[in-house]
Amino acid sequence: MSQPLLETKNLKKYFKTPHGNLHAVDDVSLSIEKGATLGVVGESGCGKSTLGRTILRLTQATDGRILYDGREIQACNESEMRLLRREMQIIFQDPFSSLNPRLTVNELIAEPIIVNHICENKAARNRRVEELMDMVELAKRLSNTYPHELDGGRRQRIGIARALALNPRFIVCDEPVSALDVSVQAQVLNLLMDLQERLSLTYLFITHNLSVVRHISSEIAVMYMGVCVEKAPANMLFSHPRHPYTEALLEAIPTPDLSSRNKKRKILKGEVASPINPAPGCRFAPRCTKATAACTENGGITFSEVEKGHFVACIHCC
Amino acid sequence: MSEPLLRIEDLWVRYQTERATNYAVNGVSLSLDKGENLGLVGETGAGKTTVALSILRLLPQKTGIVDRGSIWFDGQELLSLSQSDMRAIRGNKISMIFQDPMTSLNPVLTVGEQIAEVIMLHSSKTQKHEVQQRVDEILQMVGIPAARKQEYPHQFSGGMKQRVVIAIAIACNPMLLIADEPTTALDVTIQAQVLEMMDALKRTLQTSMLLITHDLGIVAQMCDKVAIMYSGEIVEYGRVEDVFEATERHPYTQGLFGSIPSLTGNVRRLNPIGGQMTDPANLPAGCKFHPRCPKCMERCKTEEPAVVDRTGHRIKCHLYT
Repeated sequence: MSQPLLETKNLKKYFKTPHGNLHAVDDVSLSIEKGATLGVVGESGCGKSTLGRTILRLTQATDGRILYDGREIQACNESEMRLLRREMQIIFQDPFSSLNPRLTVNELIAEPIIVNHICENKAARNRRVEELMDMVELAKRLSNTYPHELDGGRRQRIGIARALALNPRFIVCDEPVSALDVSVQAQVLNLLMDLQERLSLTYLFITHNLSVVRHISSEIAVMYMGVCVEKAPANMLFSHPRHPYTEALLEAIPTPDLSSRNKKRKILKGEVASPINPAPGCRFAPRCTKATAACTENGGITFSEVEKGHFVACIHCC
Repeated sequence: MSEPLLRIEDLWVRYQTERATNYAVNGVSLSLDKGENLGLVGETGAGKTTVALSILRLLPQKTGIVDRGSIWFDGQELLSLSQSDMRAIRGNKISMIFQDPMTSLNPVLTVGEQIAEVIMLHSSKTQKHEVQQRVDEILQMVGIPAARKQEYPHQFSGGMKQRVVIAIAIACNPMLLIADEPTTALDVTIQAQVLEMMDALKRTLQTSMLLITHDLGIVAQMCDKVAIMYSGEIVEYGRVEDVFEATERHPYTQGLFGSIPSLTGNVRRLNPIGGQMTDPANLPAGCKFHPRCPKCMERCKTEEPAVVDRTGHRIKCHLYT
């Protein structure tokens, strides 16, 4: 087995609030192989974005380890981190608020190049910007326009070009297509997959859209209230979901065909509980149909491998 | 055949601003029978919401202009009604669920007060206890314990807030419910709860529904008929079986389906529609979809296609004429 490019070990991120600790990411251990895509799915507030930001050290982890290419990220000092960030980039969700409205497309894409002193002169920089615009399929004539003149799909392409500017190896894609219409979403997904192949990129792909995550990922991790409840290769997760939450999540998606039209669906009751000082045991127990007294006992649940590559955190599944 | 509950005929709406004229709706005709669910599907800027706002006469007064067309509802022509007649219909016979439950509730009134407002305005119930009784009844119908009517919107979660919005919309047993992306802001498991509840309510109340969405999955699950909108026109219209399964479909519809990653099949590459949505201020000649259409012919660039009707399945495309 090849060495994973990125690994997290018992990663924890708690936010202090007046009412106690908010467990945004709780004991998450993941690994991503070189050139692979790990999809992270979950509903709003389950900690998937915090996970992505913590891995890049945009927020400081509370506990646990992050290993990038065998290096301990937590131990890096500021200047080491700055060099490392060239290799680790992020694409943000909202192309409307993540771009400076007062910079042109050219300036926006050139910004990371200038900050990191990559190109020695202006001509080289402009060549690089053109190359990047070409890569993300932005027409050259747009280089002097401002973000407000462009639609969502093109704006997201600027975000992607900025992330690619420093030749990264690892990119966290934080809901990169959620704000886009389906036809444009499909264009951007195709672009991301082409780029991955061409530049041998590794993605951590965060989304709440299950059909998107199945399409793009080689492996998928499902999160619920800060905990990773299931992790498996994409096809296995969809054909044989093990965790009751994953089952419910798959059941809940409306599929665009008529075969499931009059089927009675199992619908999850209740809502997500507060992540502040959560109850011990399984976080999903209050909504779970299979829950027993043992589920709410402390320390009963482990994240264990039920078949090769398929990990589940549920005492009823192992 | 009896008169449909809602019939829109050749509706044209434009937004006139100082700088430009945006042609938002260009000749939309559709009809909706009693108890039927019609899905209105399209991407951002296709004019879906403008159609809904025209029905309720809620277009911005100065800028939103209806050029032509008529909207018949239950034997009345809505566009020619006076404001006060219209007010008697709005919220009473036709009501609307807006997309964003976070902003469509008043933060300084309790949830109970907001539901009571509609009942006091439109029904004959004037006694306080009668109104309160009805509020309790409706809250229970949407699955909220009646005791929570004392609470303010910020004390509710997103899914619960959307239930309150639905409660307000159904408070007067409307004949037509317009739901504008009712679940887009919600998580999937909550979305499933809300959709199931709306379906059950529709059955018990015998309400017709115009469901505006961009999610073809929701349409497959909820609707009897579907209209696909592009650039202010209905490019395809028919029963869901026709639009989802027929071999002859509008290229735009095919593109929409090709853009959705499948949950079961094994497609490594999506087949999206190339290009971007047309600018409503600068519509192309001929078929409005031709700059993006993979099957574009010479005549598509100049000639506007006629609507082909195949026993109720209507397609606006030169391919089938």
